[in-house]
Parts: sequence; C-alpha cells; structure tokens
Amino acid sequence: MDVLDIARWQFGITTVYHFLMVPLTIGLGILVAVMHTLWVRTGKPEWLRMTRFWGRVYLVNFVLGVATGLVQEFQFGLAWSEYSRFVGDVFGSLLAMEALLAFFLESTFLGLWIFGWGRIPKKLHLAALWAAVIGSIVSAYFIIAANSWMQHPVGVTVGEDGRPQQVDFLAVLTNNTALAAFSHAIVAALMVAGALLVGIGLYRLRKRKLAGAPTTDVDDTVWRRSVRLGGYVSLAAFVLVAVTGDWQGKLMYAQQPLKMSSAEALCETEAPAPFSVFAWGKLGSNECDDVHSWTVPGLLSFLAHSDFETAVPGVNELQEEYAAVYGETYPDDPSFGDRAGQEIDYTPVLAVTYWSFRLMIGMGAVSAGVAAYALWVTRRGRVPTSRIGVYGALLAVCAPFVANAAGWVFTEMGRQPFVVYPNPDVPVDEQVWFFTAQAVSPGITAAEVWTSLISLGLLYGALAVVELFLLVRLARRGVTTGDTTPTPPAVGSSRRDDDDPRPGDDRADDDVLSFAY
Amino acid sequence: MDLQTLWFAAVAVLWTGFLLLEGFDFGVAALLPVLGRRTADRHLMLRTIGPVWDGNEVWLITAAGAVFAAFPGWYATWLPALYLPFVLVLLGLIVRAVAFEWRHSSHDPRWDAAWTRVITGGSLVAAAGVGAALAATTLGLPIDADGNRVGGAFAGLGWSALLGAAAVVGYSLVHGALFLALKTDGPLRRRARAFALRWSPVAALPLLAWAGLVQLRSGTALTGALWLVAALAVVVTWTRVRLDREGQAFAGWATVLLASAATLFGSAYPVVVSSTVDPAFDVTIAEASVSDYTLTVMTWVAAVGLPVVLAYQAWTYWVFRRRLTAEPQSEPVVA
Repeated sequence: MDVLDIARWQFGITTVYHFLMVPLTIGLGILVAVMHTLWVRTGKPEWLRMTRFWGRVYLVNFVLGVATGLVQEFQFGLAWSEYSRFVGDVFGSLLAMEALLAFFLESTFLGLWIFGWGRIPKKLHLAALWAAVIGSIVSAYFIIAANSWMQHPVGVTVGEDGRPQQVDFLAVLTNNTALAAFSHAIVAALMVAGALLVGIGLYRLRKRKLAGAPTTDVDDTVWRRSVRLGGYVSLAAFVLVAVTGDWQGKLMYAQQPLKMSSAEALCETEAPAPFSVFAWGKLGSNECDDVHSWTVPGLLSFLAHSDFETAVPGVNELQEEYAAVYGETYPDDPSFGDRAGQEIDYTPVLAVTYWSFRLMIGMGAVSAGVAAYALWVTRRGRVPTSRIGVYGALLAVCAPFVANAAGWVFTEMGRQPFVVYPNPDVPVDEQVWFFTAQAVSPGITAAEVWTSLISLGLLYGALAVVELFLLVRLARRGVTTGDTTPTPPAVGSSRRDDDDPRPGDDRADDDVLSFAY
Repeated sequence: MDLQTLWFAAVAVLWTGFLLLEGFDFGVAALLPVLGRRTADRHLMLRTIGPVWDGNEVWLITAAGAVFAAFPGWYATWLPALYLPFVLVLLGLIVRAVAFEWRHSSHDPRWDAAWTRVITGGSLVAAAGVGAALAATTLGLPIDADGNRVGGAFAGLGWSALLGAAAVVGYSLVHGALFLALKTDGPLRRRARAFALRWSPVAALPLLAWAGLVQLRSGTALTGALWLVAALAVVVTWTRVRLDREGQAFAGWATVLLASAATLFGSAYPVVVSSTVDPAFDVTIAEASVSDYTLTVMTWVAAVGLPVVLAYQAWTYWVFRRRLTAEPQSEPVVA
C-alpha cells in the first residue's frame, strides 16, 4: 500500500471508531439531561437514580469520544496537508468555530456537572448539564456542515489560485446537505441511546425478577422507566431517521447521483427504476454489469423523485458523463503521485456502497423491532423472562452503532474518487472539486503513516476493551447506593455506604469524584 | 492592524492560553510521583485539576483549529513536518484523558495506581511534544520551497525541538507546584512550595533560552524588553515563593510565560514556519493566510464567542475556588 492507501485506512478507522462514541454521547446526553430535568421538577427518587446510573455510562463513554476526537482535529494537517491547503478558506474555520463555540461549552460545563453535585444550586447544576449537551449538538452541527461542504460545496467561487474562495458563509452554514445530514445524525444518535436503555433495562428487570426482587420499589421503577423511555425514543427516532434519510436520499440523487446509483448497483438508466433488495454476482469486480439483484419495481424512482415513473440514471451512463467533464485520466502532475496519468474510476467500490447502505437500513430496522418488542413485553407491568428475548435485546444494542458506522462508510466511500465533490448546481467552470488522490501530504513517508496507523490502532483496540469492560460492569452492578443521594458525602463522615470500606484508605475523599462514575 | 496580523495575535493568544492553563494540569500530573507521597496526596492533587483539565485541553484544540482556520498554509506545513511528534502528543493526550475518568471506575488500588501513572506519563509526553512542535515552528524546520519537509521522518527533531520540550516541561513543573501551593493545604502545600522555591530558577532557563534565540534572530526592541520582563518575573516569582506569597508567586510565574510567549511570537512575526534550508522558504502570514472575507467572518464569531468562553471558564474556577485538603474531619472539600 502506498501513503495514500494507508492514510485512507487510518482516516477511516479512526473516524469510524470516533463515531462509535459520538452518537452515544449525543443521544444519551440528551436523555440523561431529560432524566435530570424530571428529577429537579418532580423530586422523585427514580429520576435521580436514573440520572446517576445513566450519567455514569454517559461519562465513561464521553471521555473516549473526547480523546479520539483530538485525532480528528490534527489528522487533516498531518496526513492530508494538500487537502487542508485546498479547502483552507472554508473548512478550517468550521473546525475552529466548533472548538470555540461547542467544545468549550461541552467540556467546561461537563466538569461543572460532574463536580457540582450538591455544591451549586440545583437548577444551575441542571443547566450545566444542558449546556454540555447543547455543546455536543452544536459540535455535531459544525462538523457535519464541514463534511457536507465536502459533499456539496456551496458559498464559494474559484479563486485565482484555483482553490475555493469563500464568498457566502451563511450559505455554507445553511447548506441543505448539512441540514439533512445533521438531522439524520441526531435522530440516529437517539436510536443508539434508546437501544442501550432498552438492552440494559430489560437485562436488569429480568435479573431482578429471577432473583425474586420486589416489583414495586424504586429500583424496579428505574429499570422499567429506562426500558419504556428507551423503547419510545427508539421508535420515534426510527420514524424520524426514515424521514430525514429520505430527505437526504433525494438530495443525494440530485447532488451525487453516482453515490446513490452505486448504492443500488443500478447499471443502466431505468424508468421506472427498481429498488434492489439483494444482489449477487461480482460486486467486487466493480463492473456494474456483473451484478444481478432481486428488485422491487419502481421503488427507486419513488425514493429519488417521489413518483414511481421517473428515470434514474445508471452507473454506466454516469461514469461516462463524469469522465467527459472531469477527465478520463488523472492529470499528469506530480501531486497525484503514482496515480498521475492513470484512468479515473468514478464508480465507488460497489460492494461497499451497496452493502453498507443495506446494513445501515437493516440494522436501523432491527433496532426499531427490538424497541417494539421491549415495549410489548413490558406492557402493563409485565417483566420478560425469556433468555433469548432479553439477551437478544442486549446484543441488539450493537445494531444502531453498526447502522451509524455503515451510514458514514456509505456516504464517505460513495463520494470517491472525490474528496471534495463537484456541485452540479453551478456551471462546470465555476465548480470546485478535489480528488482524494491529490489530497495526501506529499512530504510524509509510508513508514510514518504505518507507525501512526498501527500505534493508534493498537491503542484504540485496547481502549475499546477497557470501555466495554467498564460498561459491562456498570450494567451488572446496576444502581448502587452512591446513586441514591444527590450530595457527595462530606470528607471523613460516615454517610458513605459503599460496598466494602477498607480501613485506612482514602476513598472518602476520592468519592467526590467517584460518585459520578 | 490588518486582519492577518490580528489573527496571528489571536493564534498566539490561544497557544499561550493553552500553555498557561493546561500547563498546571501537566505540571500537577507530572508531580504526582514527586509530591504525592501517599495515595491520599495523589488523589488530592488530581482533585485540584479534576473539574478543569478538560476545559483547559480545549484551548489546544481551539489553537490548532485557529491555525488551520486562519493560516492553512501554516497548518499544512507544520503538522506533516512533525508527523511523528504530533502523533506522540495525540497518543499521550488520549491515554491521559481516559485515565482521568476511568481511574474512578474501581476501588482496586492497583487499578487506581496504574491509571495515575498513565496520567503522569501521558501528560509528560504531551507537554514535551507540544513544546517541541512550537519550538520547531519558531526556530526552524527543514522545509523546501513548497513547504514540504526534506530529510526524512526525524529531520524536524533537532536541538530546537529538544529545547522546546524542556521549556514546556520545565515551566509546567513549577507552574503545577505553584498551582498546588495555591489550591491545597497541609503538608502537600508546603512540599509544593519547597519544590517551586528550589526549581523555579532552573526550570525557566530553557523557556528563556528559546525566547532569547528567536529574539536574537528577528526580535525588536519591544520584544527584547518583553524578554527582560520574563527574566525579571522569574526573580520576582522566586522571592515571592520565599515569602510564602503563593498568589503573587503564581501571578509572577504566569508573567514568565506571558512575557516569553509575547517575545517568541512577537519576534517570529510575520514568519509562521521558519525554514532551516533557506530563509527564502520561510512561510509568512501573508502566504499562509485565508481570504480577508473568511478572516472577517471568524473575527466576528470570535469577538462574540471568546468573551463568553472566558467568562464561563473563569466562573468555573470561581466555583471551585476553595483550597482542598486531604485531612479528614474537615469541611466539605469544595465550596
């Protein structure tokens, strides 16, 4: 593999990994803030315990999201310096604004929330959490606006140096691609959080029932509420995921037709165009005509244009159109490295686009199904004891994570070979575009990128193991006594009631922190 | 003042703010095995920075983001030229961040001790790496006319990088000690003070040397005067520590950084990456900058956003303003 390939793998791995933490941070953050609000408003103990328990889960995950997000801020410069130079007039300012307007809010107020229990007025303490959660959401908006500008560059003209020059910042911020992608990402994040509440909640309920625990105490309410809240949130979010996804799909047909036709492995232009349910043949050859699939007639026309008649252009035709406009081969320029002068394949990797698109939809549907199951088996005070059902729901916590990752893999792989996709709404001579092949840093060596890929990969793997271990342990422990009081114990007092106090240790003073974890 | 100069100043302020705030986080973390004799001491030390380290770290992200946003030519030259040191900084920051939070997840003392060591190690690596990177960009990197590094993966790591690493680590150690003297009470406070008294004159030397070198290369009378202020502030800090005036000592030590950074950035201006290959290859703010339109937009956003950020960050320090102590039977630990 050359520097370009290694750098692409590194970006893909680190970004997908980062985006395992992000949706949980956003989704669970919103739900914990809702729980905390309900506790402040009603004073009911179950909402406090839910806030504390789910707050711990939130924090264990939050910090890994923050830590892996650091890499994102730097790797555009490290491995993609030519890209950074090219898009500098637009892209960097969005990242800087994300840091200034969102990250400060998020991290400062989260610190205040963690350490503020019992120390600042109740409502101010609640406001601190909301400020942190809003910070996460604002952060998502800026980074998605940056990504959407790469998918659909707006608000720029071609500068004298051939690079995009920003002329309309508001157009960049209100890019319709960004609005659709942002809303889709936020509701998808809620599906992740909902699935976690459902999975762990059902597991705890079943465990309590098998242990003969009372079904009327506060802890029972905690888990029942968690399952019901998670189930309803998942189902509602699923509907919204479909609505926003449809919006995004229609934009994609207009803005990046090759991405969507590749998602369907639709070779020839068809009217009405069918939706493929399952494909076989040689997707891997990237020759569209080697692929066969079972289809639903007319459905693709509907997804693209809201009717069952209109033609949808096929991959083969689009490939020729793009080659005619953007060139049959890469320019014979040293900035393209080994790829200079070689033929350009405008079709993304079909096997990846086709299956990641289906994985995204399929896993989203699995999550919705599990949520419906959970609501059904817990109706009117029932508790499920089915091992398959409950452990299935626990396993299905993975489903919306996979769906999120698959969605990003689809949208990022689907826009290849471009890193900045030409905007078809403007005349060709006013378009800006940039090939991935010319984006990589020219000065760095393969050995350097291998070193970072391997060291980051190993570290990320190890951290994933620890995070999973911590989350599993939290789930197994459930609500602990530390979750039942909003005030941290005074140092040295006997108000602490943890499981096994050992003489002579200093856990009391450290509890100031540990209550939150 | 033109917008490019304004943004050069803004970037300088952000890096300085990062070193000033995260500096004591790094220092406290690095001093854990030195001043934290008992587990209780180490926990107390970590509690002084617990609520604020994450907010302080955002200064780094904002500083790097502002470099990218205002001077992509700087960002795209500087980072790949120091690819491996930056990756090392990232690895250090990642393990440090998770260690801060995950440390609390078990009451097993070995678990706690292991993560505490990770905090120390990660902080030292990050502090040294950031120092090396900043020194390399001001003292010189082997870059050609296109801003690409020549000479292989380690070509950017010369004596200047080592000097910068020593400068930030040295500064942070005393900064952390003074922060602990200000934020804690009891034996730890006394030990922290003693550490600052012993090491402050030595610890400032690499920073003063670095600033002095940039001053000698391209400084003005004003930046020269600022360098003298920095040197004088070291003396003032030392005398204040001797008199047990912790607040004044902390302010004095902060002045060391502020004046040194002003010397550094002021002397380097308008060069953002200095080339050791040929001064003609130096990257200046004019070559590296984005358009005036984008700078104008960012100026408005920063003019509204930055005061708000400063206000609420200052407020969190006020909320957690009380001294902490590890002694039992005391008042509740934080106000």
